[in-house]
Formats: sequence, structure tokens, C-alpha cells
Amino acid sequence: MTNESAIDMSSLAEITGDAPTTPFALLDEESKREIRRALLQAVAIPGYQVPFGSREMPVARGWGSGGLQISLAIVGNDDTVKVIDQGDDEGVNAVNLRRLIASSTGINETTEVNEATIVQSRHRIPEDPMGADQILVLQVPVPEPLRGVERDMKELARMHAEADYSKMWVSLYEDKVRNGVITQTTGYPCLVAGRYVTATTPIPRWDIPRLHQADFLTLFGAGREKRVYAIPPHTDVEPLTFDDVEFEVESADGATCKLCGSSDSFLVESPGTTPSWTCSDTAWCRRRRQA
Amino acid sequence: MNTVPTQEAGMNTLPTQEAGMNTVPTIHVADPVIQVRNLGKVYGSFTRDSILQTGPEFGTARDPRTGSIIAAWNVNFDVAAGEALGIVGESGSGKSTVLRCIAGDQPATTGDVRLACHDNGEFNILHLDPATRRRLRIDKLSVVYQDAAEGLALGVTAGGNIADPLTAAGWRHFGRIRERAADLLRRTEVPLDRMDDIVRTFSGGMRQRVQIARALANNPPILLLDEPTTGLDASVAAGVLDLIRRLLEELDLAVVVVSHDFAVIEMLTQRCIVMQHGRVVEDALTDQLLEDPQHPYSQKLVAAARA
Repeated sequence: MTNESAIDMSSLAEITGDAPTTPFALLDEESKREIRRALLQAVAIPGYQVPFGSREMPVARGWGSGGLQISLAIVGNDDTVKVIDQGDDEGVNAVNLRRLIASSTGINETTEVNEATIVQSRHRIPEDPMGADQILVLQVPVPEPLRGVERDMKELARMHAEADYSKMWVSLYEDKVRNGVITQTTGYPCLVAGRYVTATTPIPRWDIPRLHQADFLTLFGAGREKRVYAIPPHTDVEPLTFDDVEFEVESADGATCKLCGSSDSFLVESPGTTPSWTCSDTAWCRRRRQA
Repeated sequence: MNTVPTQEAGMNTLPTQEAGMNTVPTIHVADPVIQVRNLGKVYGSFTRDSILQTGPEFGTARDPRTGSIIAAWNVNFDVAAGEALGIVGESGSGKSTVLRCIAGDQPATTGDVRLACHDNGEFNILHLDPATRRRLRIDKLSVVYQDAAEGLALGVTAGGNIADPLTAAGWRHFGRIRERAADLLRRTEVPLDRMDDIVRTFSGGMRQRVQIARALANNPPILLLDEPTTGLDASVAAGVLDLIRRLLEELDLAVVVVSHDFAVIEMLTQRCIVMQHGRVVEDALTDQLLEDPQHPYSQKLVAAARA
């Protein structure tokens, strides 16, 4: 912990006197316990959305407050945290969340996947493999995979309870009929452990196969929608697709990263007058260039 | 005896077939696919007197003291495979209520409904939990409604509406779903170039055809038709009726047709029951009913239709 990133407690202490200061990891113990309870239920029922009492956070809802609450609830003194936004450790939001977690706990922060015990992310799973001793925390905007096909909350609950997903299938059918392909890109609906259809928002299709039978635990947090859910290690994650329509990941023909030359990572178009591509995972790209 | 019975406990004390009640003899058939006994639906709280003082003899289905509506009471019928039973009566006579109670769209107040295709008719389906009842609608029992918006998702294509029951039944092969949907639309005479248009853009007659195609998607043994041609132009209605009649001849379905229109009943059914003020007043062969109606209300209905 550097002095720059520490919250300045000295003036606060003058005002509050002996009153308790900010607790470890910002949230009070009861709040953390409530989130951990919800997470235990989520792990026990893979893919099932567990309601939780989303707290007000120092970041606005929609800016990763769900993922942040999970990270703060599970973090301990021995942890090391990495936070990425669109695969980038240096995004403004990623930097802010990382500094908040580190400064409120005193734990180490890192940009390297193999050093991290908790990886909080928006939009990506890191290119580097994650292991059994690591937890991926995803910030989720829309936890309900059926939101696009049904608006009534009661009906949604019934559909999940009865595993009645025909409306989802009809929407995939309609997509294929209208566009010739299934166009849904990020947040592709997946059947988790053969039971619940689950939103993988906001990761791209590219990352979906890496959730299937993963070694690591993935926790999803939606702060605005007040839901958490989980994909435990070694769980089946099948993207919903027809038997005769193959699930395809994104590809850009012949494109390579203009920095590291990679053609087998998730590439994003970089701004500029001529089309060019760079790796979405900046830490991975940087290490390739140094190697 | 003036107690308000609860759903289960008080039923035995309520009048159904006991002496003094004007009960119409039911025509029984061998091996019924649908068996309905003592079906009743009441809106509001009711007593024994509510039942005894409503019905055709009193000219109302409304209990004057409680204001409850005895929408249907003591309805009995059997339907065999390959047979179509009509339910006729004027608006508010309870005919659609009976159909909706069997379909599971509304909970019945009392009664016993058994389907041969569900555990060999060993269980009263009115006692099934809602999830199991809904599952019957996938491949056991289909309904075609008067209003296509009830039976179809108007914002979805014709093919998508048929894909819905197919995927619910576990179909996961896109090509085969397309083939099956096209086949059904061909049989219900919907032009195949409309298959990928959303149903909202369809005419009334075409919507009914899509509804029928969807209802038949998983080859259910039971089909319930609720005023299937009401609200259509005469010529369009005739075309849809023709289609239904042809399908009934081809498929060995047990069918219940609710209609106020004797032309529909005459064309589609072999037997029918006449309902008035929530009660069955006549149960007869359709030919017989049209030639020689027994109950004064049936006589009035037939006379009006023949005029």
C-alpha cells in the first residue's frame, strides 16, 4: 500500500474521535456476511440467481458495484487483486476499483494473472489460464438471460423454476431465421450444469468455452439488479445452440495484434484511420512483447 | 346447511346429482379420452342455496344474495378418440368456462377431469400442480382460441410460433424444426412464403390457421376449440371450418368445440351439450338436437339458428 492510494484517515479521526473508522474492506461485517451467504447459495446452485441486499458503494451502480461487493466480501489479508476493464488493467474504472480494494484492505495489487488470487473483470476472462486457487469476479449489468424474451418478473421466476426455456429457443430460432446466423455476441446464454440458463454478460463468445469445466470459480455480481450467481469449478457450461448450428466464437480473418503480432487472442479494433487490431488483454500482450 | 364450503371439505354436502336437482342424463362412451364429471366453477363465495337457486329454472347464474356467479355446475361429458363434442349456448352460459377449466387456463371450483393420455386417466387433472398441468399443454392437449393473441405470440413469426411447442418438447435441430413447421403450415394452407413473417401482419383467418398449425405441432390426442371461427368473415370462416373438419377426419383426435354458432356445431360435431345459465340442459346427438330439440331453450336456439 502506498501513501498516495491510502485513504487519509487523519482528518477523519479528528472528527470522529474514538468512533470506529472504516472497517476492513469497506463493508461492515454483517454486510460481508450477507453477501458471502448469498455466494454460498449461488455456488451450491450453479447458474441460479440469488438475490442479495446490494449496498450503496462509492461507485455508481452500473460501474461494477456488484463485482466490487463480491470482491470486498471475499477478500482476506493474504489476497492479491487484479482488476481489468475490457481486458485492460489501466482503464479508469479498473484503476479506481483496484485502488479502492487495495487501499481499504492493505492487500497487494497486481496486473499479472499468475500473481492474483482474485481477478475482478468486466467484459473479459484473462487470456492466461487461471487455476483452482484463483477466483474470477465478473461485473454483470443484466443478470437475467430471459430479460429479452419476457418482462414479467413472476413469469421469469416460473420459467426458471420449471426450466421452461422454450421462449429462449424461439428467440434463437427467430434470430437465425432473420439473420442467417445467431447474432448474439456478448452475454451469450448458456445452460449451466444442465439446469439453469444463465447470462454470461458481459464476456464475448470467445471466452465462453473457457467457462466450461474451468479449474477456477467464477462469481457474478449485479449491483443494480441485486443478484449474484456462480459457476463453480468443473461445471458444464453449454452455450445454447441448435444441434445443426455450430456455436462459433468471434474471429477477424487474418487480423493480428499490431503490437505483439498475436493472431490467437481476442482482438479489438483500435481507433485510427486505417483498420488495425490489438489484443484486448493488455497484460498478456505486454508480456508477449517483452518475451 | 347454510355453510360456506371450502374448496375440499364442503364439497360432499353440495348438491350435484342428488334428488331434486334437474340432472340431464349423460351419454357415456366406451374408452373416453376425456372424461368430465361434476365440473363446477363459481366466482365468489357460495352456499348450498346458491347452487339450488340458480340455473335455467331461475333464469340466472347469479346468486341474488351473495352476488356470486355460478358460471358452470354439474357438467358431465365423455369424448372418445375420433369424436368431436360441441358445447353450445348463448354468451355467458358457461361454455367457454368449462373449456378453460379443462385446459387449465382457469382453476375449477370442483369436479373430476380425467384424460386417457395422462397416466391412463388414473388421476383427476384438476388436482395436478400448475407446472404439470402446463406440461400437458405441450403434447397432450392443445387449445385454439377465438382471439389469436391468446394462442400466439403476435410479435413472433409463424414458424417461430410453431417452434415454441416443438422446442418445449425437446426439439433442438434447427433444420428439422423448419421442416416440421413448413409441413404444418402447408397442411393448414398458410402460404409458405409467409412462414418468416411475424403473425401480427396476418389476416384473421390466417392467424387462426397458424394457431391450428401450432396446436397440432406435437400431435396431441386432444384438441379444444374455443369459438375458432367467430369474428371471421363468412367466407373466411367457411374455409377455416373446412380445414378443421378435414384435419379431424385425418387425425384421430378427441375434440371439444365451443361455439354459439349452430353451423359450426353441425359441421364439426357428432354430439353436443347445450348450456344455459351455467347448467347443461340437453346432451344429445347433434343431428337429433337439430331435428328434434327437447329442452325449451334448445328449441329456441335451434329455431333462431334455422330462421
